[in-house]
Amino acid sequence: MHEARLITAGEAILEATDLAMAADPTVILMGEGVADPKAIFGTTANLAQKYGPQRVIELPLSENGFTGVAIGAAMNGLRPIIVHQRVEFCLLAMEQLINNAAKIHYMSNGAHRAPIVVRLIVGRGWGQGPAHSQSLEALFAHIPGLKVVMPSSAQDAKGMLLASIQDDSPVIFIEHRWIHYAKGHVPPGMHVTPLDGPHQLRKGDAVTVVSNSYLTLETIRAADELAKMGVLVDHFDLRVIRPLNVDPIVESVRRTGCLVTIDTGFMTYGIGAEIVSRVMERCCLQMKAAPRRIGLPEHPTPSSRSLAAAYYPRSPDIAAMIAEVAGAPEARIADLRSRLSAERDSVPLDIPHHSFQGPF
Amino acid sequence: MSTTVKAQKFDGMAKPLALYRAMLRIRRIEEEIARRYPEQEMRCPVHLSIGQEATAVGACAALRQDDQIVTSHRSHGHYLAKGGDLNAMMAEIYGRATGCCGGRGGSMHLFDDRVSVLASVPIVGSFIPLGTGAAMSYRNANQDRVCIVFLGDGAIEEGAFHESVNFAALKKLPVVYFMENNGYSCYTNLADRQPDRPLPDLAKAYGISSAQVDGNDVIAVHEVTTAAVARARAGNGPSLIVADTYRWLEHCGPNYDNDIGYRTPQEFQSWRERCPVESLASRLIADRTLTNDAQATLISEINAEIESAFKFAIASPFPDPATVRDHVYA
Repeated sequence: MHEARLITAGEAILEATDLAMAADPTVILMGEGVADPKAIFGTTANLAQKYGPQRVIELPLSENGFTGVAIGAAMNGLRPIIVHQRVEFCLLAMEQLINNAAKIHYMSNGAHRAPIVVRLIVGRGWGQGPAHSQSLEALFAHIPGLKVVMPSSAQDAKGMLLASIQDDSPVIFIEHRWIHYAKGHVPPGMHVTPLDGPHQLRKGDAVTVVSNSYLTLETIRAADELAKMGVLVDHFDLRVIRPLNVDPIVESVRRTGCLVTIDTGFMTYGIGAEIVSRVMERCCLQMKAAPRRIGLPEHPTPSSRSLAAAYYPRSPDIAAMIAEVAGAPEARIADLRSRLSAERDSVPLDIPHHSFQGPF
Repeated sequence: MSTTVKAQKFDGMAKPLALYRAMLRIRRIEEEIARRYPEQEMRCPVHLSIGQEATAVGACAALRQDDQIVTSHRSHGHYLAKGGDLNAMMAEIYGRATGCCGGRGGSMHLFDDRVSVLASVPIVGSFIPLGTGAAMSYRNANQDRVCIVFLGDGAIEEGAFHESVNFAALKKLPVVYFMENNGYSCYTNLADRQPDRPLPDLAKAYGISSAQVDGNDVIAVHEVTTAAVARARAGNGPSLIVADTYRWLEHCGPNYDNDIGYRTPQEFQSWRERCPVESLASRLIADRTLTNDAQATLISEINAEIESAFKFAIASPFPDPATVRDHVYA
């Protein structure tokens, strides 16, 4: 009866929200589209009917205003979940998140709490373009008082959303749109995954690899191929961007002497930069090679698939970078890259898999 | 729906006297802060509310203890009018551990759950959604509370005002948007920031009630706010109150600044003559509700309380630096 079923992360998010709302009447859901027929890509489907308009609140287009409304309600004991269909809409609400949500507990000397969850969806592909595809976790992670979570699997999407809703601090919960399609064995019921840091996906002594969100899936594929050529990586899915628990990564780098970070966001001033700095502060003398970072290049996301083709790092790029750090010969790196490219090129670059037919 | 409420003759009962005492207390406290600010021991920005006592006192007197308020950087008067602890406020301004926020907030962040001061935050407009959300929470908790959002004339220029009032009107939330129109945003006149139109008409855009009131007449403020609070509590939704008043001192700090060129000494003088505290005092004395002796007693009581609060603040310990990282996460 309690066996995990194979469901998508999108379905897992809906299940977690439903469970949390059933268990706790103070949990409310707010967003532009939470009660509409599309129901945020199905992740809020039927909740409006089940819990009514006082708990599932369809909102006017007032991102900063309704974020403040959620914070005010949270200070009085509610646990609002806010949803934005794209990260960029939340940029209109940065004032409330940074000035109020992140600081209410601190500046009230612990008297007030702002237990809100802000679900942000990162778009990718199908020409999403400059303002529908940004992975801006570094902006939120810069602010003390906010927690930032990025699941890469259906199991974590459910378990960590439940943990985020139960958390007494504001949590920015960043869902890559392509992760919504990721299937996993998800246990039913209140299966809470603590927001305690990186999850080790693979053990190995060659290179420590830290990835997050959708790029964890590309990295898993890269690591599989690397294993076939004898390069065993110590692979961590970062999951919790802030507060950053770097201890398991430092322990790993002490063994491997090599570090590669892989971000869904911009590389410059990104999560990888923070991880590399923290690791180097603690074990730079044990390094066998310079740490390397993968992230997005120094320009906005173009819409046209021809311009976007080289924009996103993919499994061949990730595998090649890791192999290079591990000191693999050039010929073998080229072979590795071509094998992974052949596989990845069987799916158009602007969609996650063949079933995806746009528009979102 | 917009109505202009004129000051009615007060009834000579105890309430006007209580309102007078509350205003006088705020006036004397702010004057003492201004007097001692040059000692360089209150090391945070202070936005004093001298001249604006009637709005804070008249409005807060319309609330129950469990009704909440949110306010801005100019919050001393609101905090005190809502029943805030003077010792805790002074200690906060002095950066002491005994402050209402343990020294983490300073003058611009006065929070006190004991008297339902939900928040004061200094980013103009930022607090408007907080009070709106507080009002939403009452409904989910089946409470008949009301929240007053104190905002200035500058705050209505912020998107947060429109977003909040639209939402509150849509959901008929029990919130009163109380605008203290002191005519200036820092040093910029209202006429240089907004088109000339009746401010209460803003409410028409949202289909909510509004009223304009002499913000220096505490009795009138109290009456109009009482009506708006009753309407909110009865489930009839939000309203907007526009109370015209005047900030006597500089935007931030202890000084008069009528000489720096953004407003005229004549303009100041015309408002000075309409002092909310003195005008009520003369009405109360004329009406024999207040005698000169009783007034002197009130003043000496208040002065003693203020002296004691400053002593308390100055004698209080600073917060332990080892606690600086506490309360980042709940």
